[in-house]
Amino acid sequence: MAELPKTVDIIIIGGGIVGSSLAYELNKRGITDVAIIEKSYLSSGSTGRCGAGVRQQWGLEMNCRLAKGSIDIFENLAEELDYDIEFRQGGYLVMAHDEKQVEQFEKNIELQNSLNIPSRFIDREEAREICPPINTDAFIKATYCPTDGHANPFKTNFAYARAAERLGTKIYKYTEVKDIIVENGQVTGVKTDRGDISSNIVVNASGPWSKQTAEMAGIDIPTYSERHQCLASEPIERLFDTMVISFQSGIYLQQVPHGNFVMGIGEVEEPNHKTESTWQWLEYFTRELLNVLPSFKDLRIVRQWGGSYNRTPDAAPILGEHSKVKGFYNSVGYSGHGFMIGPMAAVCLSQTIAGEKTTVDIAPLSADRFDKGEYVIEPSVVG
Amino acid sequence: MKEDEVIICRCEDYTLKEVRQAIEDGYTDFEELKRYLRVGMGPCGGRTCLPLIRKELARYKATHPGKISMPTKRPPTQVTTFKAVEKGMEGDNHG
Repeated sequence: MAELPKTVDIIIIGGGIVGSSLAYELNKRGITDVAIIEKSYLSSGSTGRCGAGVRQQWGLEMNCRLAKGSIDIFENLAEELDYDIEFRQGGYLVMAHDEKQVEQFEKNIELQNSLNIPSRFIDREEAREICPPINTDAFIKATYCPTDGHANPFKTNFAYARAAERLGTKIYKYTEVKDIIVENGQVTGVKTDRGDISSNIVVNASGPWSKQTAEMAGIDIPTYSERHQCLASEPIERLFDTMVISFQSGIYLQQVPHGNFVMGIGEVEEPNHKTESTWQWLEYFTRELLNVLPSFKDLRIVRQWGGSYNRTPDAAPILGEHSKVKGFYNSVGYSGHGFMIGPMAAVCLSQTIAGEKTTVDIAPLSADRFDKGEYVIEPSVVG
Repeated sequence: MKEDEVIICRCEDYTLKEVRQAIEDGYTDFEELKRYLRVGMGPCGGRTCLPLIRKELARYKATHPGKISMPTKRPPTQVTTFKAVEKGMEGDNHG
Protein backbone atom coordinates (compact mmCIF):
# COMPACT_ATOMS: atom_id res chain seq x y z
CA MET A 1 0.00 0.00 0.00
CA ALA A 2 1.23 3.46 -0.88
CA GLU A 3 2.65 5.45 2.02
CA LEU A 4 0.51 8.32 3.26
CA PRO A 5 1.61 11.89 2.49
CA LYS A 6 2.61 14.14 5.41
CA THR A 7 0.54 17.05 4.19
CA VAL A 8 -1.97 17.80 1.40
CA ASP A 9 -4.16 20.75 0.39
CA ILE A 10 -7.44 18.86 0.78
CA ILE A 11 -8.44 15.62 2.49
CA ILE A 12 -11.69 13.99 1.41
CA ILE A 13 -13.05 11.34 3.77
CA GLY A 14 -14.92 8.78 1.66
CA GLY A 15 -14.39 7.45 -1.87
CA GLY A 16 -17.98 7.05 -3.05
CA ILE A 17 -19.72 9.14 -5.67
CA VAL A 18 -19.61 12.22 -3.43
CA GLY A 19 -15.90 12.04 -2.61
CA SER A 20 -14.67 10.92 -6.01
CA SER A 21 -16.69 13.46 -8.01
CA LEU A 22 -15.61 16.24 -5.63
CA ALA A 23 -11.93 15.28 -6.06
CA TYR A 24 -12.35 15.38 -9.83
CA GLU A 25 -14.12 18.75 -9.82
CA LEU A 26 -11.46 20.23 -7.51
CA ASN A 27 -8.71 18.91 -9.78
CA LYS A 28 -10.43 20.47 -12.78
CA ARG A 29 -10.31 23.82 -10.99
CA GLY A 30 -6.55 23.56 -10.49
CA ILE A 31 -6.63 22.22 -6.92
CA THR A 32 -4.72 19.01 -7.55
CA ASP A 33 -3.11 18.14 -4.19
CA VAL A 34 -6.10 16.12 -3.00
CA ALA A 35 -6.17 12.88 -0.98
CA ILE A 36 -9.21 10.62 -0.72
CA ILE A 37 -9.16 8.48 2.43
CA GLU A 38 -11.44 5.46 2.02
CA LYS A 39 -11.80 2.92 4.81
CA SER A 40 -12.71 0.08 2.46
CA TYR A 41 -12.90 -0.30 -1.35
CA LEU A 42 -14.40 2.20 -3.80
CA SER A 43 -18.23 2.03 -3.88
CA SER A 44 -18.31 0.04 -0.62
CA GLY A 45 -20.75 2.45 1.05
CA SER A 46 -24.06 3.82 -0.19
CA THR A 47 -23.02 4.45 -3.81
CA GLY A 48 -22.46 0.80 -4.68
CA ARG A 49 -25.69 -0.20 -2.98
CA CYS A 50 -28.04 2.34 -4.51
CA GLY A 51 -30.95 1.76 -6.86
CA ALA A 52 -29.04 3.29 -9.80
CA GLY A 53 -31.81 5.63 -10.96
CA VAL A 54 -31.31 9.30 -11.75
CA ARG A 55 -34.35 11.58 -11.72
CA GLN A 56 -35.22 15.27 -11.83
CA GLN A 57 -38.82 14.99 -10.61
CA TRP A 58 -38.40 16.63 -7.22
CA GLY A 59 -40.70 18.84 -5.20
CA LEU A 60 -38.00 21.13 -3.82
CA GLU A 61 -36.42 23.72 -6.08
CA MET A 62 -32.93 23.05 -4.69
CA ASN A 63 -33.16 19.33 -5.47
CA CYS A 64 -34.62 20.06 -8.94
CA ARG A 65 -31.69 22.34 -9.74
CA LEU A 66 -29.08 19.90 -8.42
CA ALA A 67 -30.76 16.97 -10.20
CA LYS A 68 -31.20 18.80 -13.53
CA GLY A 69 -27.58 19.93 -13.32
CA SER A 70 -26.50 16.35 -12.62
CA ILE A 71 -28.47 14.95 -15.57
CA ASP A 72 -26.83 17.56 -17.81
CA ILE A 73 -23.45 16.32 -16.48
CA PHE A 74 -24.40 12.62 -16.85
CA GLU A 75 -25.33 13.23 -20.50
CA ASN A 76 -21.70 14.00 -21.35
CA LEU A 77 -19.92 12.18 -18.54
CA ALA A 78 -18.81 9.06 -20.44
CA GLU A 79 -16.97 11.26 -22.91
CA GLU A 80 -15.63 13.65 -20.29
CA LEU A 81 -14.26 10.86 -18.07
CA ASP A 82 -13.46 8.48 -20.95
CA TYR A 83 -15.39 5.61 -19.32
CA ASP A 84 -18.66 3.87 -20.22
CA ILE A 85 -20.94 4.58 -17.26
CA GLU A 86 -23.98 2.90 -18.91
CA PHE A 87 -26.05 6.09 -18.76
CA ARG A 88 -29.45 5.73 -20.33
CA GLN A 89 -32.45 8.07 -20.38
CA GLY A 90 -35.50 5.82 -20.36
CA GLY A 91 -37.61 8.17 -18.25
CA TYR A 92 -39.26 7.96 -14.83
CA LEU A 93 -42.95 7.23 -14.36
CA VAL A 94 -44.22 8.38 -10.97
CA MET A 95 -47.55 6.89 -9.92
CA ALA A 96 -50.14 9.02 -8.11
CA HIS A 97 -52.61 7.00 -6.05
CA ASP A 98 -55.06 9.65 -4.85
CA GLU A 99 -56.18 13.23 -5.47
CA LYS A 100 -53.94 14.57 -2.74
CA GLN A 101 -50.88 13.23 -4.53
CA VAL A 102 -52.15 14.58 -7.85
CA GLU A 103 -52.35 18.02 -6.21
CA GLN A 104 -48.75 17.72 -4.95
CA PHE A 105 -47.60 16.54 -8.37
CA GLU A 106 -49.32 19.53 -10.03
CA LYS A 107 -47.15 21.79 -7.90
CA ASN A 108 -44.07 19.67 -8.60
CA ILE A 109 -44.61 19.75 -12.36
CA GLU A 110 -45.14 23.50 -12.40
CA LEU A 111 -41.87 23.94 -10.51
CA GLN A 112 -40.01 21.37 -12.65
CA ASN A 113 -41.20 22.91 -15.94
CA SER A 114 -40.14 26.38 -14.75
CA LEU A 115 -36.63 24.93 -14.38
CA ASN A 116 -36.70 23.35 -17.88
CA ILE A 117 -37.33 19.83 -16.62
CA PRO A 118 -39.64 18.25 -19.26
CA SER A 119 -42.01 16.38 -16.91
CA ARG A 120 -45.76 16.10 -17.55
CA PHE A 121 -48.92 14.33 -16.43
CA ILE A 122 -49.92 11.18 -18.27
CA ASP A 123 -53.14 9.19 -18.02
CA ARG A 124 -53.34 5.45 -17.44
CA GLU A 125 -53.61 4.73 -21.16
CA GLU A 126 -50.33 6.49 -21.90
CA ALA A 127 -48.73 4.86 -18.87
CA ARG A 128 -49.56 1.51 -20.42
CA GLU A 129 -47.94 2.56 -23.69
CA ILE A 130 -44.77 3.52 -21.84
CA CYS A 131 -44.84 0.46 -19.57
CA PRO A 132 -47.00 -2.27 -21.19
CA PRO A 133 -47.14 -4.75 -18.25
CA ILE A 134 -48.20 -2.14 -15.65
CA ASN A 135 -51.39 -2.75 -13.67
CA THR A 136 -53.34 0.44 -14.36
CA ASP A 137 -55.60 -0.23 -11.35
CA ALA A 138 -52.61 0.42 -9.10
CA PHE A 139 -52.75 4.22 -9.64
CA ILE A 140 -55.06 6.97 -10.89
CA LYS A 141 -52.66 9.18 -12.80
CA ALA A 142 -48.90 9.49 -13.26
CA THR A 143 -46.18 11.95 -14.09
CA TYR A 144 -43.45 11.17 -16.56
CA CYS A 145 -40.11 12.76 -17.40
CA PRO A 146 -38.39 11.25 -20.45
CA THR A 147 -34.92 12.59 -19.62
CA ASP A 148 -34.67 10.84 -16.23
CA GLY A 149 -32.92 7.50 -16.30
CA HIS A 150 -30.11 5.27 -15.09
CA ALA A 151 -26.35 5.13 -14.71
CA ASN A 152 -24.16 2.32 -13.38
CA PRO A 153 -23.13 3.44 -9.86
CA PHE A 154 -19.96 1.29 -9.70
CA LYS A 155 -18.71 2.46 -13.05
CA THR A 156 -19.60 6.11 -12.42
CA ASN A 157 -17.72 5.87 -9.12
CA PHE A 158 -14.67 4.22 -10.74
CA ALA A 159 -14.82 6.66 -13.68
CA TYR A 160 -14.65 9.72 -11.43
CA ALA A 161 -11.94 8.16 -9.26
CA ARG A 162 -9.75 7.27 -12.23
CA ALA A 163 -10.23 10.65 -13.89
CA ALA A 164 -9.31 12.36 -10.61
CA GLU A 165 -6.21 10.19 -10.26
CA ARG A 166 -5.10 11.25 -13.74
CA LEU A 167 -5.40 14.89 -12.63
CA GLY A 168 -3.43 14.50 -9.39
CA THR A 169 -5.74 13.02 -6.73
CA LYS A 170 -4.25 10.25 -4.60
CA ILE A 171 -6.62 7.59 -3.29
CA TYR A 172 -5.76 5.66 -0.12
CA LYS A 173 -8.05 2.68 0.25
CA TYR A 174 -8.37 0.49 3.35
CA THR A 175 -7.31 3.51 5.38
CA GLU A 176 -9.62 4.70 8.13
CA VAL A 177 -9.80 8.17 9.62
CA LYS A 178 -9.79 7.81 13.40
CA ASP A 179 -9.74 11.45 14.44
CA ILE A 180 -9.91 14.95 13.00
CA ILE A 181 -7.60 17.58 14.45
CA VAL A 182 -9.09 21.01 15.13
CA GLU A 183 -6.99 23.84 16.61
CA ASN A 184 -8.57 27.17 17.57
CA GLY A 185 -11.61 26.54 15.42
CA GLN A 186 -9.57 25.59 12.34
CA VAL A 187 -9.17 22.05 11.03
CA THR A 188 -5.49 21.09 10.71
CA GLY A 189 -5.49 17.44 9.72
CA VAL A 190 -6.59 13.88 10.37
CA LYS A 191 -5.27 10.85 12.23
CA THR A 192 -5.71 7.55 10.40
CA ASP A 193 -4.96 3.94 11.27
CA ARG A 194 -1.94 4.25 8.95
CA GLY A 195 -0.57 7.61 10.10
CA ASP A 196 -1.38 11.31 10.29
CA ILE A 197 -1.91 13.79 7.46
CA SER A 198 -2.07 17.55 7.91
CA SER A 199 -4.37 19.72 5.85
CA ASN A 200 -6.34 22.91 6.36
CA ILE A 201 -9.34 21.55 4.50
CA VAL A 202 -11.12 18.30 5.37
CA VAL A 203 -14.31 17.23 3.59
CA ASN A 204 -16.77 14.83 5.19
CA ALA A 205 -18.02 12.63 2.32
CA SER A 206 -18.48 9.54 4.44
CA GLY A 207 -22.09 8.74 3.53
CA PRO A 208 -23.60 6.38 6.11
CA TRP A 209 -20.94 7.41 8.66
CA SER A 210 -21.37 11.18 8.24
CA LYS A 211 -22.46 11.78 11.82
CA GLN A 212 -19.54 9.83 13.31
CA THR A 213 -17.09 11.66 11.04
CA ALA A 214 -18.47 15.07 12.02
CA GLU A 215 -18.24 14.08 15.69
CA MET A 216 -14.48 13.59 15.27
CA ALA A 217 -14.31 17.29 14.42
CA GLY A 218 -16.45 18.09 17.47
CA ILE A 219 -19.53 18.84 15.41
CA ASP A 220 -23.02 17.48 15.91
CA ILE A 221 -25.03 17.10 12.68
CA PRO A 222 -28.57 15.68 12.63
CA THR A 223 -27.92 12.88 10.11
CA TYR A 224 -28.82 9.24 10.67
CA SER A 225 -28.62 6.07 8.61
CA GLU A 226 -31.31 3.54 7.82
CA ARG A 227 -31.23 0.32 5.84
CA HIS A 228 -32.88 0.08 2.43
CA GLN A 229 -32.94 -3.21 0.58
CA CYS A 230 -32.89 -3.86 -3.17
CA LEU A 231 -32.75 -6.83 -5.46
CA ALA A 232 -31.78 -7.66 -9.02
CA SER A 233 -33.52 -10.07 -11.35
CA GLU A 234 -31.88 -12.21 -13.98
CA PRO A 235 -31.24 -10.31 -17.24
CA ILE A 236 -34.11 -10.73 -19.71
CA GLU A 237 -35.20 -9.28 -23.07
CA ARG A 238 -36.01 -5.57 -22.95
CA LEU A 239 -39.57 -5.01 -21.66
CA PHE A 240 -39.68 -1.23 -21.10
CA ASP A 241 -37.31 1.68 -20.64
CA THR A 242 -38.89 3.70 -17.86
CA MET A 243 -38.28 3.57 -14.13
CA VAL A 244 -41.58 3.08 -12.28
CA ILE A 245 -41.88 4.54 -8.77
CA SER A 246 -44.41 5.35 -6.09
CA PHE A 247 -43.92 7.77 -3.21
CA GLN A 248 -46.79 6.04 -1.43
CA SER A 249 -45.50 2.47 -1.23
CA GLY A 250 -41.89 3.52 -1.84
CA ILE A 251 -41.43 0.96 -4.60
CA TYR A 252 -39.11 1.57 -7.55
CA LEU A 253 -38.12 -0.67 -10.44
CA GLN A 254 -36.23 -0.31 -13.68
CA GLN A 255 -34.66 -2.56 -16.28
CA VAL A 256 -31.02 -1.52 -16.48
CA PRO A 257 -29.11 -1.61 -19.81
CA HIS A 258 -27.60 -5.00 -18.88
CA GLY A 259 -31.14 -6.48 -18.89
CA ASN A 260 -31.62 -7.07 -15.14
CA PHE A 261 -34.39 -5.37 -13.27
CA VAL A 262 -33.07 -3.45 -10.27
CA MET A 263 -35.89 -2.94 -7.79
CA GLY A 264 -36.49 -1.93 -4.23
CA ILE A 265 -38.90 -0.57 -1.66
CA GLY A 266 -38.46 1.46 1.50
CA GLU A 267 -39.24 -0.07 4.86
CA VAL A 268 -39.63 1.77 8.15
CA GLU A 269 -36.85 0.88 10.56
CA GLU A 270 -35.16 2.54 13.51
CA PRO A 271 -31.91 4.28 12.51
CA ASN A 272 -29.18 1.66 12.04
CA HIS A 273 -26.10 0.72 10.05
CA LYS A 274 -27.34 -2.69 8.96
CA THR A 275 -26.84 -3.83 5.35
CA GLU A 276 -27.92 -7.47 5.64
CA SER A 277 -30.77 -8.82 3.52
CA THR A 278 -33.93 -10.18 5.11
CA TRP A 279 -36.60 -12.56 3.84
CA GLN A 280 -39.27 -10.45 5.54
CA TRP A 281 -38.35 -7.61 3.22
CA LEU A 282 -38.41 -9.93 0.20
CA GLU A 283 -41.99 -10.97 1.01
CA TYR A 284 -43.07 -7.38 1.61
CA PHE A 285 -41.49 -6.31 -1.67
CA THR A 286 -43.00 -9.24 -3.61
CA ARG A 287 -46.53 -8.24 -2.53
CA GLU A 288 -46.06 -4.67 -3.74
CA LEU A 289 -44.31 -5.71 -6.96
CA LEU A 290 -47.02 -8.15 -8.01
CA ASN A 291 -49.64 -5.46 -7.38
CA VAL A 292 -47.88 -3.11 -9.83
CA LEU A 293 -46.59 -5.73 -12.29
CA PRO A 294 -48.62 -8.96 -11.91
CA SER A 295 -46.84 -10.61 -14.85
CA PHE A 296 -43.51 -10.51 -13.00
CA LYS A 297 -44.46 -13.71 -11.12
CA ASP A 298 -42.18 -15.79 -13.30
CA LEU A 299 -39.21 -13.42 -13.15
CA ARG A 300 -36.25 -14.86 -11.27
CA ILE A 301 -34.45 -13.10 -8.44
CA VAL A 302 -30.68 -13.50 -8.54
CA ARG A 303 -29.41 -11.13 -5.88
CA GLN A 304 -30.64 -9.20 -2.88
CA TRP A 305 -28.66 -6.65 -0.87
CA GLY A 306 -28.97 -3.74 1.53
CA GLY A 307 -27.44 -0.30 1.89
CA SER A 308 -27.89 2.88 3.88
CA TYR A 309 -29.83 6.03 3.24
CA ASN A 310 -28.07 8.74 5.21
CA ARG A 311 -30.93 11.03 6.12
CA THR A 312 -31.41 14.55 7.37
CA PRO A 313 -34.59 15.78 9.07
CA ASP A 314 -35.72 17.55 5.86
CA ALA A 315 -34.38 15.00 3.31
CA ALA A 316 -32.08 17.60 1.73
CA PRO A 317 -28.28 17.29 1.99
CA ILE A 318 -25.90 19.22 4.23
CA LEU A 319 -23.46 20.91 1.90
CA GLY A 320 -20.74 23.44 2.63
CA GLU A 321 -18.26 24.64 5.24
CA HIS A 322 -19.38 24.27 8.84
CA SER A 323 -19.80 27.60 10.67
CA LYS A 324 -18.07 26.35 13.83
CA VAL A 325 -14.95 24.72 12.35
CA LYS A 326 -13.10 26.58 9.63
CA GLY A 327 -11.93 24.29 6.82
CA PHE A 328 -14.34 21.47 7.72
CA TYR A 329 -16.84 20.85 4.92
CA ASN A 330 -19.81 18.49 4.83
CA SER A 331 -21.22 16.84 1.72
CA VAL A 332 -23.55 14.41 3.43
CA GLY A 333 -27.14 13.50 4.27
CA TYR A 334 -28.28 12.95 0.70
CA SER A 335 -31.24 10.96 2.04
CA GLY A 336 -31.20 8.30 -0.67
CA HIS A 337 -30.39 10.46 -3.68
CA GLY A 338 -26.67 11.12 -3.41
CA PHE A 339 -25.89 9.20 -6.56
CA MET A 340 -28.30 11.22 -8.65
CA ILE A 341 -27.47 14.71 -7.39
CA GLY A 342 -23.85 14.01 -6.44
CA PRO A 343 -22.29 15.24 -9.69
CA MET A 344 -23.83 18.73 -9.49
CA ALA A 345 -23.30 18.95 -5.72
CA ALA A 346 -19.60 18.24 -6.38
CA VAL A 347 -19.44 21.07 -8.90
CA CYS A 348 -20.97 23.52 -6.41
CA LEU A 349 -18.84 22.44 -3.46
CA SER A 350 -15.64 22.57 -5.54
CA GLN A 351 -16.65 26.09 -6.62
CA THR A 352 -17.15 27.09 -2.99
CA ILE A 353 -13.74 25.70 -2.00
CA ALA A 354 -12.08 27.36 -5.03
CA GLY A 355 -13.69 30.69 -4.10
CA GLU A 356 -15.85 30.82 -7.23
CA LYS A 357 -19.52 31.71 -7.55
CA THR A 358 -21.57 28.50 -7.35
CA THR A 359 -23.79 27.37 -10.25
CA VAL A 360 -26.59 26.60 -7.76
CA ASP A 361 -26.84 28.64 -4.55
CA ILE A 362 -26.08 26.04 -1.87
CA ALA A 363 -26.11 28.47 1.07
CA PRO A 364 -29.55 27.19 2.21
CA LEU A 365 -28.01 23.71 2.63
CA SER A 366 -25.70 24.75 5.49
CA ALA A 367 -25.83 22.65 8.66
CA ASP A 368 -26.94 25.76 10.58
CA ARG A 369 -30.41 25.57 9.04
CA PHE A 370 -31.46 22.98 11.59
CA ASP A 371 -30.53 25.24 14.52
CA LYS A 372 -32.39 28.15 12.96
CA GLY A 373 -35.38 26.03 11.99
CA GLU A 374 -34.95 26.94 8.30
CA TYR A 375 -35.72 23.52 6.91
CA VAL A 376 -35.77 23.01 3.12
CA ILE A 377 -38.30 20.17 3.08
CA GLU A 378 -38.37 17.74 0.16
CA PRO A 379 -41.86 16.25 -0.21
CA SER A 380 -41.03 13.62 -2.85
CA VAL A 381 -38.68 10.93 -1.54
CA VAL A 382 -38.99 7.22 -2.29
CA GLY A 383 -39.01 5.03 0.79
CA MET B 1 -4.79 -24.05 -23.07
CA LYS B 2 -5.35 -20.67 -24.67
CA GLU B 3 -6.44 -17.99 -22.22
CA ASP B 4 -8.93 -16.53 -24.68
CA GLU B 5 -10.68 -19.90 -24.98
CA VAL B 6 -11.11 -20.57 -21.28
CA ILE B 7 -14.44 -19.34 -19.98
CA ILE B 8 -14.12 -18.18 -16.38
CA CYS B 9 -17.55 -16.61 -15.86
CA ARG B 10 -20.38 -18.49 -17.53
CA CYS B 11 -23.11 -16.05 -16.49
CA GLU B 12 -21.42 -13.04 -18.07
CA ASP B 13 -19.32 -14.94 -20.60
CA TYR B 14 -15.86 -13.73 -19.62
CA THR B 15 -12.71 -15.51 -20.71
CA LEU B 16 -9.57 -15.92 -18.67
CA LYS B 17 -7.93 -13.35 -20.93
CA GLU B 18 -10.59 -10.75 -20.18
CA VAL B 19 -10.38 -11.36 -16.44
CA ARG B 20 -6.59 -11.02 -16.54
CA GLN B 21 -6.94 -7.84 -18.58
CA ALA B 22 -9.27 -6.30 -15.97
CA ILE B 23 -6.77 -7.16 -13.24
CA GLU B 24 -3.97 -5.64 -15.33
CA ASP B 25 -6.16 -2.54 -15.77
CA GLY B 26 -6.01 -2.03 -12.03
CA TYR B 27 -9.15 -3.74 -10.73
CA THR B 28 -7.08 -5.74 -8.26
CA ASP B 29 -9.48 -5.46 -5.33
CA PHE B 30 -11.79 -8.48 -5.46
CA GLU B 31 -14.88 -6.45 -4.52
CA GLU B 32 -14.11 -3.80 -7.16
CA LEU B 33 -13.30 -6.41 -9.81
CA LYS B 34 -16.66 -8.09 -9.14
CA ARG B 35 -18.50 -4.79 -9.62
CA TYR B 36 -16.49 -3.83 -12.69
CA LEU B 37 -17.09 -7.11 -14.58
CA ARG B 38 -20.30 -8.26 -12.83
CA VAL B 39 -18.59 -11.58 -12.14
CA GLY B 40 -20.36 -13.41 -9.34
CA MET B 41 -23.46 -11.26 -9.82
CA GLY B 42 -25.25 -13.62 -12.22
CA PRO B 43 -27.54 -16.60 -11.65
CA CYS B 44 -24.71 -18.84 -10.36
CA GLY B 45 -24.02 -16.41 -7.52
CA GLY B 46 -20.29 -16.71 -8.12
CA ARG B 47 -20.00 -20.41 -7.39
CA THR B 48 -18.08 -21.13 -10.59
CA CYS B 49 -16.15 -17.98 -11.27
CA LEU B 50 -15.17 -16.52 -7.92
CA PRO B 51 -12.85 -19.35 -6.74
CA LEU B 52 -11.15 -19.28 -10.16
CA ILE B 53 -10.77 -15.51 -10.09
CA ARG B 54 -9.42 -15.64 -6.58
CA LYS B 55 -6.61 -17.87 -7.89
CA GLU B 56 -5.90 -15.35 -10.65
CA LEU B 57 -5.77 -12.49 -8.15
CA ALA B 58 -3.48 -14.53 -5.91
CA ARG B 59 -1.20 -15.22 -8.86
CA TYR B 60 -1.12 -11.51 -9.74
CA LYS B 61 -0.40 -10.50 -6.16
CA ALA B 62 2.06 -13.37 -5.68
CA THR B 63 0.24 -14.63 -2.61
CA HIS B 64 -1.78 -17.65 -1.50
CA PRO B 65 -5.48 -17.69 -2.61
CA GLY B 66 -6.45 -18.24 1.03
CA LYS B 67 -5.09 -14.77 1.80
CA ILE B 68 -7.65 -13.17 -0.50
CA SER B 69 -11.08 -12.90 1.04
CA MET B 70 -14.12 -13.73 -1.09
CA PRO B 71 -16.68 -11.02 -1.94
CA THR B 72 -19.88 -10.88 0.09
CA LYS B 73 -22.33 -13.68 -0.71
CA ARG B 74 -25.84 -12.44 -1.48
CA PRO B 75 -29.13 -14.28 -1.11
CA PRO B 76 -30.98 -16.10 -2.55
CA THR B 77 -28.82 -19.21 -2.47
CA GLN B 78 -30.52 -20.35 -5.63
CA VAL B 79 -32.37 -18.22 -8.22
CA THR B 80 -35.99 -17.94 -7.14
CA THR B 81 -39.13 -16.69 -8.88
CA PHE B 82 -41.47 -14.17 -7.26
CA LYS B 83 -44.14 -16.81 -7.64
CA ALA B 84 -42.17 -19.07 -5.30
CA VAL B 85 -41.88 -16.26 -2.75
CA GLU B 86 -45.63 -15.68 -3.03
CA LYS B 87 -46.31 -19.37 -2.58
CA GLY B 88 -44.13 -19.36 0.52
CA MET B 89 -46.29 -16.59 1.98
CA GLU B 90 -49.46 -18.62 1.33
CA GLY B 91 -47.77 -21.48 3.15
CA ASP B 92 -47.27 -19.19 6.14
CA ASN B 93 -51.00 -18.56 6.29
CA HIS B 94 -51.77 -22.27 6.44
CA GLY B 95 -48.98 -23.04 8.85
